[in-house]
Amino acid sequence: MKYSALFGALTVTGLAATGASAQSTLETVQDRGELVCGVNTGLTGFAEQGADNEWTGFDVALCKAVAAAVLGDASAVSYVPTTSTDRFDLLTSGRIDMLSRNTTWTYSRDVDLAMDFAGVNYYDGQGFMVRSDMGVGSATELDGATICIQSGTTTELNLADYFATNGMSFTAQSGETNAELEQAFLAGSCDAYTTDASGLAATRASFPNPDDYIILPEIISKEPLGPATRENDSDWTDIVAWTLNALIAAEELGVTSDNVEEMASADNENPEVRRLLGVEGDLGQMMGLDNDWAVNVISATGNYGEIFEEFLGESTPIGLARGLNAQWTDGGLLYAPPFR
Amino acid sequence: MAASPSQIGPVFRPSMLLYDSRYRSITIQIVVLLLVMAGIGWLLHNLFTNLAQLGRTLDFDFLGRRAGYEITPSLIQYSADNTHWRALVVGLLNTLLVALVGCILATIVGVLVGVLRLSNNWLVGRLMTVYVEVFRNIPVLLWILMLFAVLKEATPAPNAYRLTPAMVEAGQSADASMFLGSFAVTNRYTTMPTPLLSRGPGGIDLGFVNFSGGFLILALILIASILAVRYLGRRATRIQAETGKRPTTWWQSLLILFVPVILALWAMGFYIQVPEITSFNFSGGIQLSNGFVALTLALALYTGAFIAEIVRAGILAVSRGQSEAAFALGLRPGWTMRLVILPQALRVIVPPLISQYLNLTKNSSLALAASYLDLRGTLGGITLNQTGRGLECMLLLMAIYLIISLLISSGMNVFNSRVRLKER
Repeated sequence: MKYSALFGALTVTGLAATGASAQSTLETVQDRGELVCGVNTGLTGFAEQGADNEWTGFDVALCKAVAAAVLGDASAVSYVPTTSTDRFDLLTSGRIDMLSRNTTWTYSRDVDLAMDFAGVNYYDGQGFMVRSDMGVGSATELDGATICIQSGTTTELNLADYFATNGMSFTAQSGETNAELEQAFLAGSCDAYTTDASGLAATRASFPNPDDYIILPEIISKEPLGPATRENDSDWTDIVAWTLNALIAAEELGVTSDNVEEMASADNENPEVRRLLGVEGDLGQMMGLDNDWAVNVISATGNYGEIFEEFLGESTPIGLARGLNAQWTDGGLLYAPPFR
Repeated sequence: MAASPSQIGPVFRPSMLLYDSRYRSITIQIVVLLLVMAGIGWLLHNLFTNLAQLGRTLDFDFLGRRAGYEITPSLIQYSADNTHWRALVVGLLNTLLVALVGCILATIVGVLVGVLRLSNNWLVGRLMTVYVEVFRNIPVLLWILMLFAVLKEATPAPNAYRLTPAMVEAGQSADASMFLGSFAVTNRYTTMPTPLLSRGPGGIDLGFVNFSGGFLILALILIASILAVRYLGRRATRIQAETGKRPTTWWQSLLILFVPVILALWAMGFYIQVPEITSFNFSGGIQLSNGFVALTLALALYTGAFIAEIVRAGILAVSRGQSEAAFALGLRPGWTMRLVILPQALRVIVPPLISQYLNLTKNSSLALAASYLDLRGTLGGITLNQTGRGLECMLLLMAIYLIISLLISSGMNVFNSRVRLKER
């Protein structure tokens, strides 16, 4: 494989050697001193680049958490904006170390696409947004409508299935990025815009007059969104998965960015908190990380609940309720396996 | 001892492969060929090793699976339940449609502008110069995006054409009205009336496309009429050659051309269906999507600017003496153009014209910028993403574009050999 590293660029396919075989992704990231993370090109609340060129958002926070776990520095991340069409190639070709870009976990992507999903960081479902003056109150009234849709997404397939099942027809207007479709929808070039409900809320929040638009009540699919890594890279996938689990467990255990330092002491009463924060046992070393990796993660980004509130929660313009994304103890689906 | 026949000629020794100039060139060619083959083989080996390392293999089975997505517009019958292969064909036909319409429009624009640029009228000449320079010096992608944006932003939504009973009562009129009551430009598509037959003989369903039997009959009648008119013309020429007088044929030709078609249309109940606004969109008419219009127009105007220069060059390449000689023989300007200038200009025009047609066809792969689903949008876009078979899709895409280009260029080469200067 060494020779391919030299001539890989020459291959007609542009499929360069991954370098993965020579070095594990963990070693690569540690040597580089930086995590290369694939994020959305721009989706309010999930991944957006501010005026100071700093990336922020719900998905970006996961990149920062992984960087904090591996390198102890949440800012050691280089972000690669990915579109819905190039994200998997960027991941499998080794251009990015992990993909944190509201990507739906599906069977064929997991099994067929040479990538693994490291868990679910947002339980979503596909919805529709329309102008409120159209007088449409339900997705079943959209027969004959022109619908804006991001190409290469699972929503594209759900849409065709949903309309066929309900005996309705539609005209699709496809685009590559959220921004392009937002513009088409605002110009009235399509009657409805469909994507994950969280994305709709985020998009609506960024409109000049959000109240002129409503999100229809129907949720037509299950969209578990999660971070993805390359296949057969279990050590690295473990790190991403358990970083996410640590964020979720921290919320359940009441560990926040404010109290993490004080919780991380040997005289904490809860043994699971002691194991999670590395003051007891050596869970971190099992993954090849420092034992205080989870402390770094939580002090850098906060726990899952804090991240959610900061970027998506009720206090933000997006204003999403926790819903399915509440802890299992609150009737949601978040359930981190035990740290033991 | 008599020399054996084998010793008569020069004896071949292996060293002659290198030192004998008769064999050296062959040796070099074989070595180069082997090197090139080894290089390609090595690249392929590299590719397959890399793919295996990523846990992937070249596999085209996905073409037979259910596509699951909708494509509009589609020239053949297609639904989400069809295979990726059918989606590929739909995309290919959309590409070919843009290429065909684009090439025709570009040629018309190019010839007009090219000739007008040579006009003696100062204003017309300069205007055409401005056109050529503006269009060929701005990237075609920007033209596509701009035309698409104009169509999207500056035209009313279909809803603006709606006239509700409440509005009628209030004495208001709709925000936008249809041109001639039957054409409407909206921010999604341009809709226009469609010709239909109410008593047609039914269609011929081939599974992927439903040929209208009535229009097939009409096409046959039209072809028969044209053949009859041509026979009439040849007969008139023969009579003219024999007697020196050409019989009047124009009214007979018109009768043959129009009467059978009109009779057939009447018999099959021909009518024109005007599009109407229904729930969200217009229905019952032909719809040209804005993506198609923007893409085709942008490609035609852009390529037309290049063709204009080619046409101008072709006409200027015919020396002035040719037309002066033709005038001296008493030929009128129209005849001079048709019989003397054009045949010679075509020799210069056609070869670069082939390149322009190929460029236009390949540039049509920018369709995604205008949300038009061509081959790049279906096979190289949605299918690629839904199946994740990037390499396979790209290889197929390249092979198909290569085949289209080779077909266009061989077709144009046949035409070129017909207009070429015949050297005997």
